[in-house]
Amino acid sequence: MSRLETRFAQLKQEGRAALVTYTTGGDPDYATSLAILKGLPKAGADVIELGMPFTDPMADGPAIQAAALRALKSGQTLAKTLNMVREFRQEESETPLVLMGYYNPIHRYGVERFLAEAKDAGVDGLIVVDLPPEHDAELCDPAQAVGIDFIRLTTPTTDNNRLPRVLNSSSGFVYYVSVAGVTGAGSATTEHIEHAVTRLRQFTQLPLCVGFGIRTPEQARVVAQLADGVVVGSALVDQIAKANSSAEAVEGVLSLCNSLAEAVRSARR
Amino acid sequence: MTDMTYSQGPDAQGMFGQFGGRYVAETLMPLILDLEREYTAAMKDQAFLDELAYFQRDYIGRPNPLYFAERLTEHFGGAKIYLKREELNHTGAHKINNCIGQILLAKRMGKTRIIAETGAGMHGVATATVAARFGLPCVIYMGTTDIDRQQANVFRMKLLGATVIPVTAGTGTLKDAMNEALRDWVTNVADTFYLIGTVAGPHPYPAMVRDFQAVIGREAKAQILEKEGRLPDSLIACVGGGSNAMGLFHEFVDDKDVAIIGVEAGGHGVNTSKHAASLNGGVPGVLHGNRTFLLQDDDGQITDAHSISAGLDYPGIGPEHAWLHDVKRVEYVPINDDEALEAFHATCRLEGIIPALESAHALAEAYKRAPTLPKDHIMIVCLSGRGDKDMQTVMSHLGDKL
Repeated sequence: MSRLETRFAQLKQEGRAALVTYTTGGDPDYATSLAILKGLPKAGADVIELGMPFTDPMADGPAIQAAALRALKSGQTLAKTLNMVREFRQEESETPLVLMGYYNPIHRYGVERFLAEAKDAGVDGLIVVDLPPEHDAELCDPAQAVGIDFIRLTTPTTDNNRLPRVLNSSSGFVYYVSVAGVTGAGSATTEHIEHAVTRLRQFTQLPLCVGFGIRTPEQARVVAQLADGVVVGSALVDQIAKANSSAEAVEGVLSLCNSLAEAVRSARR
Repeated sequence: MTDMTYSQGPDAQGMFGQFGGRYVAETLMPLILDLEREYTAAMKDQAFLDELAYFQRDYIGRPNPLYFAERLTEHFGGAKIYLKREELNHTGAHKINNCIGQILLAKRMGKTRIIAETGAGMHGVATATVAARFGLPCVIYMGTTDIDRQQANVFRMKLLGATVIPVTAGTGTLKDAMNEALRDWVTNVADTFYLIGTVAGPHPYPAMVRDFQAVIGREAKAQILEKEGRLPDSLIACVGGGSNAMGLFHEFVDDKDVAIIGVEAGGHGVNTSKHAASLNGGVPGVLHGNRTFLLQDDDGQITDAHSISAGLDYPGIGPEHAWLHDVKRVEYVPINDDEALEAFHATCRLEGIIPALESAHALAEAYKRAPTLPKDHIMIVCLSGRGDKDMQTVMSHLGDKL
């Protein structure tokens, strides 16, 4: 079983949802970002998404755009992000780690080389925002062939005719983008999420994680009662943005992660 | 491959060879699939085509002339230079050809809000114009660097009732404006039509914008056959995203004896870091929904483009151009800022025509080639826009030298 399968199976037994965290690799610098990454499992993150920064993050709102720019300014590259995963894996072998970003840096790195190094570093899955199933042959198929999950985004605009196409090639889990919009924007109503989860359930057995616009422990608790996972990104990244020092950034992210985890764990399903 | 045609693309996946495609977030996929369906249906609907023809004639003022530039021809002493006068269109550039087509489509699809990106502001003005004509609210995204150098166009857009939103991200130029327009679209999926201004973006935009611009080449072909009784020997057009160029080239790409030249913005020179020549100085990558040649670093991060002309200041190029370059049907050459300025002056002084700095790149290449070519060589240059918007830029370069 893959790390993602094992983790979701274990959480199912515990009868609770996963807390999925997002931070951008190299934000605000390599060392701080690595310290955050290493601290996340103990702070209650069940699945970790690590962003691969890109100059033109078209689907991201201001918080994650700024995070990408901070990371790039401090010299982050795709090679360094992979190295960060390698360092993380030296002491943490159970928490699944998913790389998230845009296709161009991977395209430039070379798909084959990227997948080989990602696998070797201990990457469990990929979320690539600008690769819809129409382009599966480019990265999704080769990733799954080497045992890296390809996690699909589904959205409010993905109707029932299209859902099978989107879900068929998905593996690991399914990420439901609960609002049409960019990351960190407005949040969906409980009714919308409930309805969406029921709809997606008709099409897939994979764990369903819901993200976009979830910022507080209260919101996380509500979503944790409905879905298999709760994704929080911009709110964590904001902790880095407002920190005055590296220590403050680490402390800010991990303490918010702790409160989110507590909320998710107390929301029995 | 003697029977190969260059005009049939893209394929069903929106690919021109390895270029093009639909590299967008899932939220947008259903929208662009819907757009493709509606566009395909509209182009087979006589009522739609009649309405398009009506607005091309009575609103844009088409056909515009194919003008024999006698004084320029004499001055350079070689090829016969013809100018396709797109700058005489309503709003002063070729951009309106595409805007009329897309707004008719938006109306047909029941969309009630228009968004667009703009670089030099010409596409923004053309979009604001058609939005006013059809009574739809309109939001234009424009980089702050471009707003500074194109004040007059910003004012024109506002006069026409558009909301201009300054984009500070990145370098505050066209690519950043396009990112922001995509973010708006992904947020306002139900009512909004994204009116892309060039032959880039996800399929079907590159094909659709080309088709709406192809009227340039169709007219030019009929006009040159009437004036000269034969096809031209060469075509020259400037390429940023490349819509005026695709518009002129499309009708001729299968005429194998017509040499076709696309002119990229060489900025300070393609061997410097300050240029916008994606084909001559970039490598293939994926941005804004399509695979094409991009200016990028070794890590796949998009690098800043530079050109004296805001309209060419983009680190990518339409995917069909990338393909025509790859299969060597079209030759793409760079023209630097100073060469474009020189051609700008020559055109003002010899023909009494003030060209846009974008078009001046095409003119510069024409003036380079003309003296080396025989007098019976017929050359058509796309004069894609007028230069009134560029007064500030030209003034700052000239200082008191005029």
